Amino acid sequence: MSIQTTSVVEETSAPRRSNVLFSAITYVFLRVGVLPFFLVATLVAFALISREFLALQNLTNVARQSVYLILVSIGQMLALVTGGFDLSVGTAIALTSVVSAIAMVALTPVLPGMVWLVVALGICAGLGAGLVVGGFNGIGVAQFGVSPFIMTLGVQSVGAGVALFLTGGVPVSGMPYQFGDVLGFGRIFDIPIPVAVAVVASVAVWILMNRTRLGKHIHAVGGNLKAAHLSGVNTKRVLFITYVLCALLASIAGLLLTARVGSGETNLGGKIALESIAACVIAGVSLRGGIGRVENVVLGAFFITLLQNGMNIAQIGSYMQMVLLGSLLVLAVILDQLRYRLLIGDR
Amino acid sequence: MSGAALPLVQMTGISKEFPGVRALSGVHLTVERGEVHVLFGENGAGKSTLISILSGVYRPSAGSISIDGEEVHFHSVHDATDAGIGTVFQEFSLVPTLTVFENLYLGRELKRGPFIDRRAMVAGARKLFEDLDFDIDVHRPASSLSRAQQQMVEIAKAFLSNARVLILDEPTASLTERETEKLFSFIAKASAAGVGIIYISHRIHEFEKIADRISVLRDGRLIATVPAKGISENKLIELMTGRSIDMIYPKIDRQPDGPAVMTLRGIHTAGVHGVDLEVRAGEVLGVAGLVGSGKSRIWRGALGLQPITAGTVSLKSRDVTHQPTGHLLRSGVFFLPSDRKSDGLQMTATARENIELSLLDRPDVVGRMGIVSSRRSRSLTDSIGEKVGVAKGAMDRAVSKLSGGNQQKVLFGKGFGEPRDVYILDEPTVGVDMSTRVALYQLIKEIAEAGKAVVVISSDLAEVMNLAHRLVVFAKGRISAELSNAEICEETVLKYFFAQTEGSA
Repeated sequence: MSIQTTSVVEETSAPRRSNVLFSAITYVFLRVGVLPFFLVATLVAFALISREFLALQNLTNVARQSVYLILVSIGQMLALVTGGFDLSVGTAIALTSVVSAIAMVALTPVLPGMVWLVVALGICAGLGAGLVVGGFNGIGVAQFGVSPFIMTLGVQSVGAGVALFLTGGVPVSGMPYQFGDVLGFGRIFDIPIPVAVAVVASVAVWILMNRTRLGKHIHAVGGNLKAAHLSGVNTKRVLFITYVLCALLASIAGLLLTARVGSGETNLGGKIALESIAACVIAGVSLRGGIGRVENVVLGAFFITLLQNGMNIAQIGSYMQMVLLGSLLVLAVILDQLRYRLLIGDR
Repeated sequence: MSGAALPLVQMTGISKEFPGVRALSGVHLTVERGEVHVLFGENGAGKSTLISILSGVYRPSAGSISIDGEEVHFHSVHDATDAGIGTVFQEFSLVPTLTVFENLYLGRELKRGPFIDRRAMVAGARKLFEDLDFDIDVHRPASSLSRAQQQMVEIAKAFLSNARVLILDEPTASLTERETEKLFSFIAKASAAGVGIIYISHRIHEFEKIADRISVLRDGRLIATVPAKGISENKLIELMTGRSIDMIYPKIDRQPDGPAVMTLRGIHTAGVHGVDLEVRAGEVLGVAGLVGSGKSRIWRGALGLQPITAGTVSLKSRDVTHQPTGHLLRSGVFFLPSDRKSDGLQMTATARENIELSLLDRPDVVGRMGIVSSRRSRSLTDSIGEKVGVAKGAMDRAVSKLSGGNQQKVLFGKGFGEPRDVYILDEPTVGVDMSTRVALYQLIKEIAEAGKAVVVISSDLAEVMNLAHRLVVFAKGRISAELSNAEICEETVLKYFFAQTEGSA
């Protein structure tokens, strides 16, 4: 509470320098959240540990690795802004991967010589699988009022089960190599295609959230569901679309990952639910809904990837990385609570 | 006794500051043994803050409190309870799934060895209710109690810890006449036993019956402490508001014989048992009644917020029964919910974003592909903000950071995004200061005089009585009276609050 009084009550006497710094920090914290502080801390820490960390080569590498998490995180953000979340993004990725791979493998002998058609149909099948996952989440949350936690947790298990059942747990290989060549390693205007896809998706979601009626409705539903309803917003429709979009974005990430690894795999989205929620929360998306900015989430996802990259360079083992990531998420949530209290005023 | 001449409670120079707001400044209050001391003032005048300080919820920024001449510093509600201060807040603190006696002993369970002594607690609870002359089965879960019964349990809870001071925050707000009588006789008994009672109420006619002194608060200051005997109602209102009555409520011209815009026929819905009503253009329809009388739920039913089991709703002679809420709102109805924080506003969003939400069905704002024109939206929200009196600088601040008055203005602003025919305003001025009230009444006047239909549902009797051209009174889910302008007076209205409607014994 002492933080609050110093920041809100305007000082009439000449402010001391430490006060200016302090209010600047509070201001950034309230506007953007914890991300700038985490980002600076990470950059400084790993730059001290290793020279190669800040090298351009390494940073572009991180940027390229981060596109998958960026795609999933901006979808996750949509769910979070409505006041829910989506634990089934990993399943959407896995199902997309498996279904698209199976479709392509099965269609190749049926449509000989039409490899691009096979790839296109495979992509459609993969995205279709994602849509089904999102559709189930949407119907459960919007129509039946199941809490997003239970609904997406349930779908997560169902989807993972289906993916394993379809493949017997064995990676699906034998896709046309053109698929991987384009979506995994291709370039457009000298930009890697996965990066281009992530940029386009981020811009599209930014426009959706900031410039369209649907985006404003998504904010309204998360800010106050009852108030949105009483303002004539079709809240069920908004929730349904949100979960479908979230799964669709995860599904796109699933296709890119499948192309990258060259086979349909059930374990592609293993930790991504946790990572995407962490990316969002660190980027200032409120778990209570209503608050979240796309540009920050992109940066948040970049930060998580950067952190993992830094930890790899610093030779921190993957088990310890899990510990750190989980702790960071909890810390971010605690700071989010504090930020929310400051935003909403003491009550 | 050493401090026989000292007052039981003495609050001296109490101030309380919240970030950016001064809720109380230099308030003095004394309560004698056996005295019933009324706190009177508008919402936001500081009554709740004052009793929250006395009951240990808040700590004062300045000032001191003495009980029996001994200075006390409460750090928690627990401290205050230990010092003999029992508080019954407006918002009850019963756990719905626990039984009456479990609630009573919550946090101070009687034990025998390591175990809870159920039998002793049941016996203790029964004895307490007997002493208080309340008739309640102590084994019932709290969720099954009526509001009045819950209140009794709350009062009993305060007494279980041998309260010397009892604070009652609007205790009669939801009680029937008979229950109120019972409460009064209980208050008389408690005060005869030397308990000091602080009583918060808006019902002026109650004061004469029970109060010894009345303290009037306004804008966080103590305006006056006066003896309850022989003070007129108008004088009290003038003390409370700082202005004379006719400066508060505007004279609203009524459009004679306006057409019925919204018609309710034989509506049955939860808490409403067969109501016929017409809302006419150019008229302010007042709706009064106790909490739970159905005065609010009838409209929730009509708007599709709770299911209607029988009856029809028509809007501009089109049948809209069972239509989804969104459809009605887009067909020219504006609904202002009574609780702006929980039902009305996106608290973390800005004032502009809140108002903008009501513009998103306008073709001049939202173009193809659902793209919102920022410029158009900005100019429209600016002009709405100006109309309802939200300062320019406040438009881009989070609503949670605005005063209650400004929040309510933003909520009103959502009604001006599109042309509407019917304005249903549920508690339109709840928790706002007097100058905002006057501004909102002016808005209501403008709406009605522009030929729109206005429904004002309010627990503030003075408000509905002074604004309404026609007043319907609800009791037990039915309309117990429909009064026209000339017949509207407080006593008549109150009589119908408890009226048995025709057909019931």
